[in-house]
Amino acid sequence: MDLKDLYRDVIVDHNRKPRNFRPMPDADRHAEGFNPLCGDRLTLYVKLDGERISDVSFQGSGCAISVASASLLTESVRGRTVPEAEQLFTSMHQLLTRDDAAVDPAALGKLAALSGVRQFPARVKCASLCWHTLDAALHRDAEPISTE
Amino acid sequence: MNAARAPLASAAASPIDVAAVRRDFPILAREVNGKPLCYLDNAASSQRPRSVIDAISRYYETSHANVHRGVHRLSQEATDQFEGARESLRRFVNARSSREIVFVRGTTEAVNLVAQSYARPRLQAGDEIVISWLEHHANIVPWQMVCEQTGARLRVIPITRSGEVDFDAFLGLLNERTRLLALAHVSNALGTVVPVERFIREARGRGIPVLLDGAQAVPHMAVDMQALDCDFYCFSGHKMCGPTGIGVLYGREALLEAMPPWQGGGDMILAVSFERTVYNALPWKFEAGTPHIAGAIGLAAAVDYLERLGLGHIAAAEQALLDYATDRLREIPGLEVIGTAPHKAAVVSFTVAGVHPHDLGTILDSEGVAIRTGHHCAMPVMDFFGVPATARASFAFYNTRAEVDRLVAALDVAREMLG
Repeated sequence: MDLKDLYRDVIVDHNRKPRNFRPMPDADRHAEGFNPLCGDRLTLYVKLDGERISDVSFQGSGCAISVASASLLTESVRGRTVPEAEQLFTSMHQLLTRDDAAVDPAALGKLAALSGVRQFPARVKCASLCWHTLDAALHRDAEPISTE
Repeated sequence: MNAARAPLASAAASPIDVAAVRRDFPILAREVNGKPLCYLDNAASSQRPRSVIDAISRYYETSHANVHRGVHRLSQEATDQFEGARESLRRFVNARSSREIVFVRGTTEAVNLVAQSYARPRLQAGDEIVISWLEHHANIVPWQMVCEQTGARLRVIPITRSGEVDFDAFLGLLNERTRLLALAHVSNALGTVVPVERFIREARGRGIPVLLDGAQAVPHMAVDMQALDCDFYCFSGHKMCGPTGIGVLYGREALLEAMPPWQGGGDMILAVSFERTVYNALPWKFEAGTPHIAGAIGLAAAVDYLERLGLGHIAAAEQALLDYATDRLREIPGLEVIGTAPHKAAVVSFTVAGVHPHDLGTILDSEGVAIRTGHHCAMPVMDFFGVPATARASFAFYNTRAEVDRLVAALDVAREMLG
């Protein structure tokens, strides 16, 4: 278990300077995510152009893993269609939870930096919170998303 | 079973030899992530000395049978050991009678028992229960539940910025509808030692019964039921070097006598027919079903162990560690100690600017240092200080200054990595 595998440079950078960290007053969709165990809380905003995600942003507070994961999410789903984003959610879920994940890290781009989280089971929820929240936003779930 | 106990006065006369004490705890010899375990999460659960582990094993290997039932030899031995454990606990907290010592699963169950058996039948709509802002969820939620059931109201004593319960505000909350005061003896999240004697005197002077959550107090200081003069006192075995799943509800005999049973079943009855059941005497009236016999025996062994060291020596050793840790932690730039009451148990809650507590927890673990991070089951305390979570180092008498140094060094690693 190597800490450097968890806190890779990309993650440290996105934690210090989260991208797309802003409210979106004209969002088409938004959802809230909450991890009661550690108090992580985030709101995810999505703007849609038909089936395409034209803008995505987030706000909130949390640990380095949850902030970096949300920041990386916003960069990687912008411009994708809703089904493509859902496919990415499935791939990320596999990457974070399965040792035998049949996911090509190259296809995930910077998101692959989160593959080290799998070795730290207590931290998987930190990384996946934003993805569950995106899923809720895209499906217009009214209830806040909780990891518990 | 008590024959082997060392004479307390002579054994307790010497201060604690921490190196010798550490050899009593097998788990302290293990490694975590290739480093010696540095266990600083004692407020969540302490570790167990060999004598407790052996007492449990010995019981299962030589004396186990069900209690209070058989005429056969093993059942008598198990009963003697179980009731002997109750007497050890009675003496440990200086209750008047072993009828006042009810074995429960832990502090949480003890509070729930009082909420449902004492409070619920007595409360009417508009009555009030007073708690403090410091409470662990276990001393909040059972009262919220009973308020919902009865229409009573929960009133909360505010705390100060240093994390002390505001006594003047407490006086202002008392009125003719106040039916119970439920108060932490020591705060689990901040370490504040509440000067409960003042609160008890004031409440009891007005005829208001008092329950104390002693889960964080009993492992670290001598508590005396007759001196405190509270009505209910709740504590857990696993925070005082005893097993999990066993704890104690102390209750003033007259109050317990007047309370209906909480759960029904075997052991809590004298006679059962389909027309009528006659309940057992105290304390068995509140102990339905086969009890945690090994747990009680293990807890009595923990009491023996703590008494051999001496609660006074334990408190002194832990206070010295607290002072040292507080000084060392305050040297760290960006570190803020949450909870600065003048009288604290050996708990330091803190935040580090730029590093979330959850990340601290992971990074410290990689250095072999175990601390708690999160809301510590005291979310109102976190809200009061405007933080989602804190990191908490909590010390026991078997911790060393060198371990405090390792904590500080590990925090430097975290700051370097993420700060």
